Amino acid sequence: MKKLGVFICHCGVNIAGTVDVKSVAEKMGRVEDVCHSTDYIYMCSDPGQQLIREAIREKGLEGVVVACCSPNMHENTFRKAVRSQGMNPYLCEIANIREQCSWVHQKEKEEATRKAEEIILATLEKVRRNEELEAIAMSIHRNVLVIGGGIAGMTASLDLANGGYEVILLERKSALGGHMAQLSKTFPDLSPAVPDLLTKASEVEKHPRIDLHCNSELEEVKGFVGNFDLTLREKATYVDRKKCNGCGLCIESCPVEYASPFERGLGMRKAIDLAYPHCVPHQPMIARDRCQYFKDGSCRRCEEVCPEAAIRFDQEDEKIQKKAGAIVVATGYELYPREALGEYGYGEISDVIDGLTFERMLSPDGPTRGKVIRPSDGKIPKEMVFIQCVASRDPDRYMPYCSRICCMVTAKQAKIYKEQVPDGQPYIFYMDIRSDGKGYEEFLQKTIEEKQILYLRGRVSRVFQDDGKVRVLGVDTLTGRMVEVGADMVVLATAIVPSNGVKDLAARLRATVDKHGFLTEAHIKLYPVESSTKGIYLAGCGQSPKDITDTVSQASATASKIQALLSTDQLLQDPLIAHVDEAICSGCGICVEICPYEAREMDDRRGISIVHSALCQGCGACIAACPNFSCELRNSSSAQTLRMVDTFIT
Amino acid sequence: MESVAIMEKDMSPFLEEAKRRSGEDLSLCYQCLKCTAGCPTAPYMDIRPNQIIRMIQMGMKQEVLGSSAIWLCVSCETCGTRCPNKIDIGVLMDALREMAIEEGVTAKEKNIHLLHEAFVQSIRRGGRVHEATMLIDYKLRSRDFLTDLVPGMVLFMKGKIPLFPSFVKGRDEIKRIFERCTKVR
Repeated sequence: MKKLGVFICHCGVNIAGTVDVKSVAEKMGRVEDVCHSTDYIYMCSDPGQQLIREAIREKGLEGVVVACCSPNMHENTFRKAVRSQGMNPYLCEIANIREQCSWVHQKEKEEATRKAEEIILATLEKVRRNEELEAIAMSIHRNVLVIGGGIAGMTASLDLANGGYEVILLERKSALGGHMAQLSKTFPDLSPAVPDLLTKASEVEKHPRIDLHCNSELEEVKGFVGNFDLTLREKATYVDRKKCNGCGLCIESCPVEYASPFERGLGMRKAIDLAYPHCVPHQPMIARDRCQYFKDGSCRRCEEVCPEAAIRFDQEDEKIQKKAGAIVVATGYELYPREALGEYGYGEISDVIDGLTFERMLSPDGPTRGKVIRPSDGKIPKEMVFIQCVASRDPDRYMPYCSRICCMVTAKQAKIYKEQVPDGQPYIFYMDIRSDGKGYEEFLQKTIEEKQILYLRGRVSRVFQDDGKVRVLGVDTLTGRMVEVGADMVVLATAIVPSNGVKDLAARLRATVDKHGFLTEAHIKLYPVESSTKGIYLAGCGQSPKDITDTVSQASATASKIQALLSTDQLLQDPLIAHVDEAICSGCGICVEICPYEAREMDDRRGISIVHSALCQGCGACIAACPNFSCELRNSSSAQTLRMVDTFIT
Repeated sequence: MESVAIMEKDMSPFLEEAKRRSGEDLSLCYQCLKCTAGCPTAPYMDIRPNQIIRMIQMGMKQEVLGSSAIWLCVSCETCGTRCPNKIDIGVLMDALREMAIEEGVTAKEKNIHLLHEAFVQSIRRGGRVHEATMLIDYKLRSRDFLTDLVPGMVLFMKGKIPLFPSFVKGRDEIKRIFERCTKVR
């Protein structure tokens, strides 16, 4: 018979306010094999832990039940405490009498006290049959896959590479930079976005420890933290990366022109072209669906002019196999799709544009060379309307969340506009102004003070075309008046949504996304850069809307978390996983099919099913499915579970 | 629709003029409403102090200059003392009153305007207020002879309204100040 100890926490009044902890402690003390039972106001505090340590030392306890909050909170704390006294940590179990008892039964104190007793008795049953277990050690690959070559992915890659780790960086487009490459100037210091970005991009391109794959996607991933097996697909660009010197003769010679997605429809690009003017890597690619050669084979001009003979129409997609120990998902964002908005004349009236399109207009290397002009007639707009919260903060029809960057982006854009067109009048329709970053409020106030921008507090009800103007009907709730502006141009601060294909990617990575498609973190406050799947980390707008400052901070945080993870050769994993009684297993293979983590496999030689200890997450699906009870979960065996259930029934 | 304010670029002159005249940066107002919360006369105003600033920003000149609020303000300066953006609304109200007079907008609080006139004239005559003549001047201007008659008598009996005026020494200087002020305008 094991000598057991019971420790009951008051959690201030959280438990003791409902459960009569003194009487529970007393009753537990009367259980035959419990030789120590006590209560304390905060068991997780150092004096609380000291009670446990002393009891183990003095009474030679062989099993411990701590009745307190959820094991999510303090299981580790108490297991560490018992380990310090030489007890196997897996002989310590938590009886959750807070979340599962006192909090939900605040009005039924007597019944809650009885329930707490039963929960503890059931947990004692478990501890009596717990085995001594050791954490499982596995070797790991000490390198990292980063998905996404925007500012988040580049920052994480550089941090990791500078820390001495090998990095594989995947970018879906043909060049690094992401959306930041489309921006003109950035708030709050109005520094130009592109030079800063390109400095980083060149550093990434040249870094000896960064293996950059542009035009590439992650096709398949297998394995688990420390040991991911990756299949990458590097798509054909029809340009030999090793030969191309970026001279640009091919671009000049190409006869096919179409509206550039990068310029958001304001400018044109060729069928063979750079991703954007000063992009890194500075190499063009052929858009297969536009190229005349791929349509009918009639044109090979780029091939003819190329001095390096780098054009290769026969290039094919390449599959690359890699391994990695951790993965960073930095997939970024898109603007709320034009087709889905159906409001404010977006997509119908050419003088109604979104914020990123306006950024292209403000960019010195953009289609208008940085000049603000009306897309419809090329005139300089004298009355500009900016509308904030377009498709954001609208739970009924669009997105319920705040896109976070639009208040500052709009203020910045209005400021740059007013500097360029001093006799112009910007109006900004807003709901609230959120300027919570360092220097943001000051930037905003200074802009309003100096630039004569009129902020109108209210939503716009209608935007329509009338006599060459874009009429904007809205309201100013500060005066309670309806307002009407005959604008020359309207800029919509549309919502940020996750990039296309993130859901698919998340499914491949076994990471989770929220209902809007943003990747979910393991804990919103305490583990904000870890995904819910071990070894998968998050950075940037793929997790939630954020500005460049926050994105870079998060990317660096992710990088340092990964450096900590990969700092050892071996990873330790919880041993609370499935195991097979080889004598009973009939090798039917049901468990292999049912396992969601690909942790079960048939050992054909022995004709039984085995468990990959590193892959198994201890979910128990195989245990329920096994027809002849040959597999069990360690320290949650059927015998233990049935005895626990018995406690509640009798 | 009457309540629709048409926003146009040329509305900003009113904001500009109000800024220039008062020397206050009215664009800084972020509508925290601290001014209105502390204003002792706000409950009697047709437009509250924070709304006055908002309406100036929106170029609603006629409504602002024709309001009772600009005349009801007693320049106690509570608003300006408390404003987080250092906008002195008392000074602004003075500027708005001046603008209303110049624009020929009939004061909504006629008698307050007339009391101001009588007060200034009294100063002009003697360099300091002589209550008796000022009150007679006001009563004649406003043709309101009965209001506050009894308290006036009580004050008179207590000697608070002296019959004879006392003039300041430098009356010539006072005269020059008035001449200078009217010329500048």
